[in-house]
Amino acid sequence: MTNDRYPGYDVLDKRNTPSWNEQTRRVVDARLAIPREPRFFSESEWQTLSAVCDRIIPQPKDRAPVPLPAYVDAKLLANRGDGFRNAKLPPQREAWKRGLAALDRDARRIGGARFHELDVARQDALLKEMERGELSGPAWGNMPSKLFFSQRVIPDITSSYYAHPTAWSEIGYGGPAAPRGYVRMGFDRRDPWEAVEAKPGQEGAARRENRRVG
Amino acid sequence: MSGSIRHITAAAEPSDSPRATGGRAPDPHRIGGWMPMREYPETEEVDFAIVGTGAGGGTLACKLAEHGFSVVAFDAGPFWRPLEDFASDETEQTKVYWTDERIVDGENPLKMGGNNSGKSVGGSTVHFQMVSLRFRPEWFKTRSTFGYGVDWPLDWREMWRYYDEVEQALKIAGPVNYPWGPPRPRYPYRAHELNAAAQVLAKGAEAMGTKWAPCPLATVSAPRGLSPPCVYRGFCRIGCSTNAKQSVLITWIPRAIRAGAEIRDLAMAGRVETNQAGRATGVHYLRNGQWRFQKARNVVVAGYSIETPRLLLLSANDRFPHGLANSSGLVGKNLMTQSNQAVWGVMDEEVRWYKGPPSLAINEHWNYVDQHPTKDFVGHYQWLSQGPLPQEWAAVQTGSRKLWGKALVEEMKKYNHQVGLKMVGEQQPQERNQVTLADETDQYGLRIPRITYSWSDNDKRLIQHALGQMEQHLRAAGAKEIFRQEDDTNHLHGTARMGDDPRTSVVNADCRSWDVRNLWICDGSVFPTVGGVNPSETIQAVACRTADRIKQLSRRGEL
Repeated sequence: MTNDRYPGYDVLDKRNTPSWNEQTRRVVDARLAIPREPRFFSESEWQTLSAVCDRIIPQPKDRAPVPLPAYVDAKLLANRGDGFRNAKLPPQREAWKRGLAALDRDARRIGGARFHELDVARQDALLKEMERGELSGPAWGNMPSKLFFSQRVIPDITSSYYAHPTAWSEIGYGGPAAPRGYVRMGFDRRDPWEAVEAKPGQEGAARRENRRVG
Repeated sequence: MSGSIRHITAAAEPSDSPRATGGRAPDPHRIGGWMPMREYPETEEVDFAIVGTGAGGGTLACKLAEHGFSVVAFDAGPFWRPLEDFASDETEQTKVYWTDERIVDGENPLKMGGNNSGKSVGGSTVHFQMVSLRFRPEWFKTRSTFGYGVDWPLDWREMWRYYDEVEQALKIAGPVNYPWGPPRPRYPYRAHELNAAAQVLAKGAEAMGTKWAPCPLATVSAPRGLSPPCVYRGFCRIGCSTNAKQSVLITWIPRAIRAGAEIRDLAMAGRVETNQAGRATGVHYLRNGQWRFQKARNVVVAGYSIETPRLLLLSANDRFPHGLANSSGLVGKNLMTQSNQAVWGVMDEEVRWYKGPPSLAINEHWNYVDQHPTKDFVGHYQWLSQGPLPQEWAAVQTGSRKLWGKALVEEMKKYNHQVGLKMVGEQQPQERNQVTLADETDQYGLRIPRITYSWSDNDKRLIQHALGQMEQHLRAAGAKEIFRQEDDTNHLHGTARMGDDPRTSVVNADCRSWDVRNLWICDGSVFPTVGGVNPSETIQAVACRTADRIKQLSRRGEL
C-alpha cells in the first residue's frame, strides 16, 4: 500500500484491539463489504460516476481503490439525506441523475464522446467548468451546475473517501477509539496505538514501528 | 453480499421501533439495561405534554416531574443506549442527527443536519461539543446597554443562580478561576488536560496579550456515578460512546423518569390541538405508524428553532389561522445562528488534534471588549481550539479552499499537524431570517420547513474582525500555511422570542405564550438575542427557571 507519510500504517491492524468496540467493527465491516456494482444507478450512469470519482479523488494504482461510486450509489439507494437542500437543487436522487446525464451531454458537445471516454485533461476541464457554474443547457434544467458540484459531487464523493480505513491510514488518523481512547495529548506525543510519521531518512524505522501499532 | 449487510444492520435498531414502552425505558447507562417508567393513558389529561427532549424539553420534563406534575415528553428520535448503540464512526453516527429534508435559501443558506440539529432523546446535546458557558450579564439587555438587538425580560442575577444549578447538574469540568465576567462558583469538576490543539490557542493568547482558559465542558474529568472520566477518544461531536459526556440523555432524562415522567421515543408531533376557548387540549403525534392524541392541561413546544415554529405553524386552525401563539406575527421570525468561521494552519510539531474533546481551550477576549479603535461593529465573539475528524476536515478543505483531486488528497495528509481557531459569534436578529412552511411534505405527511437566512452588514463586519484576530493569534502561536474558512455557521436561536410586550414577542419571561395561555415554548427559540457563547447552558438555565415559575404559578392558581 502506498503511504509515503505513514509507511506501513494500517488502521485496520487495530480492529481487534481495545480501540474498536463491537458496534464499530460491525459498521466498518459492512462498509468494507459493500457491493461493487450499481444498485441505484444504471450501468451507463455508473460509468460516468466512476470517472467523476476518479478525478475528484485520484487513487494510487498499487493498492485496492476505495470503491467510491459504490458508496455514492448506496447513499442514494437508501436515500440517506443530509438534513437540508438548497432551494435551487432538486432532491439528491434527481440531482445526481440529471447531473450525470448533463455531464455526458456536455462531454459529447466538447469532445464527441461520453465523459468517461474523454482524456483526463478534458475531464478536469469540464469539471472545472461545472465548478464555476459554466455548464448549462436543457439537460441541466434549472439546476445550477455550480451548486450541483459544490453540494452534491464534492461532499458525496469526498465524505465517502474519508469514511474509509484506507483514507484514515493515508492521513495518519488514529481511527476508531472506543473504549480505549488516548493518553498522550501534548505536542509530538503519540500513544503506541497511533501511527508513526516518517521523518526524512527514517522511513524504515517508521515502517517497522507502524507494524507494531495496535 | 447485500445479504450480509442486511444481517449486519438488522438487529432491532432503536430507530426502527420505540423502546420506551410497556412500563419501562432504556437505561442509557447500562448495556441492555431498563428502568421502570410510569405510563399515562392518552385519555388522561396529563399536566404537561412536552414536545422535544433536548436541552429545553428534557430539562423541563425533569424539573416539572420533580415538582410533582404529571409529564409526558415526546421525541421524534430514538432512545439510545450509547454504550451499545454508538460506534466510533462519523458516517454511522449521522443517525443521531435530524436529517429529514429542509429547504434552505436566502443570501447565506444555512447548513442543517449534523451542523446543528439532533434527532434523539436528549436532542442536540447527544452530539453537542459540550462547551458550557454563561452569557455575559449585559447580553440580557443589549438594547439598553449597547443599543442593538432587543432586551430579554430576564435579570442576569436570577439567571446566575440557574447557571449554578445547571453546572452542578452536569458536573461541568472547568478551571478554578474563570477569567471573564462576574465571579462564579468554582466548577464542580477539575478542568481537563489541554491537548496540543488547545495549547496552540493558549500560546497565541499569551503571545498577543489576551487571556485564555481551559474551556468549561460537560464531560466529566473524574468518575461520576456510572459515568467514567473522559478517555479523550475525540468523537464527542458525533455521540459519546462511554457516557463521560453529560448529555441531557444521560442526566436530566433518567432523573425525569425516576421522578415519574414518561418519555415517548420515535413519536413525531404533527399538531397541537386547541378548543373553542382558545386553549391547548393536547398533542397529535405519530408513533408506530399511527396518528394518536395525548390529552394535556398544558402543552410545551420544545423542538428548537426550526421544529418549534414549524409545529406552531402546522397547528393553524380556524381560530388561529396564522398558527398558534402568532398574534404578533413573529413565530418563525428573527431566526439567528452564530457565526462559526475559522482560521486554520499547520504546525511543525505533531498535533494529532483528533485526541480529546475538540474544544479544550477558549479565548473570550472579544466577548468583553465594547470599544476599540478596530471595532467597527456591534456584538461580540469568542473562539475555541479545534479537532475535526477526517470527514469534517475534508469538508473544510473542499468548502473553503475549493480543493479536489490530487491537491485535496495531498493537503489532507497534513492532518496530524493542523491546528485551528473557530469562532462563535453573535448574529443580529432580523425579521427576514425566518422559518416558513414549504409545499413539499415529509415521511410523516407534514409540510417541511423552509429556512431563509442572510447575514447583515454588521454580521459581516464582525466576522471579518474575528478572522483577522484569529489569524494574528494563530500566527503568533507559530502556525504556518494559514487559511480562512469564511462560510460556516452553527447554533440556532430565535423564531419564538420572549419579551415583555405581546405585540413584539411570542412568549413572556416564563416562556408562556401570550395568546394561548396553557401553551409554553422552552428551547433556544425563545432567545431574543444570542450573545457570543454556545447556547446549551443558557437553554437549560431558562428551562430550570421556567419549571420553578410554573410551580409558583400553580401554587397561586394561575396556570
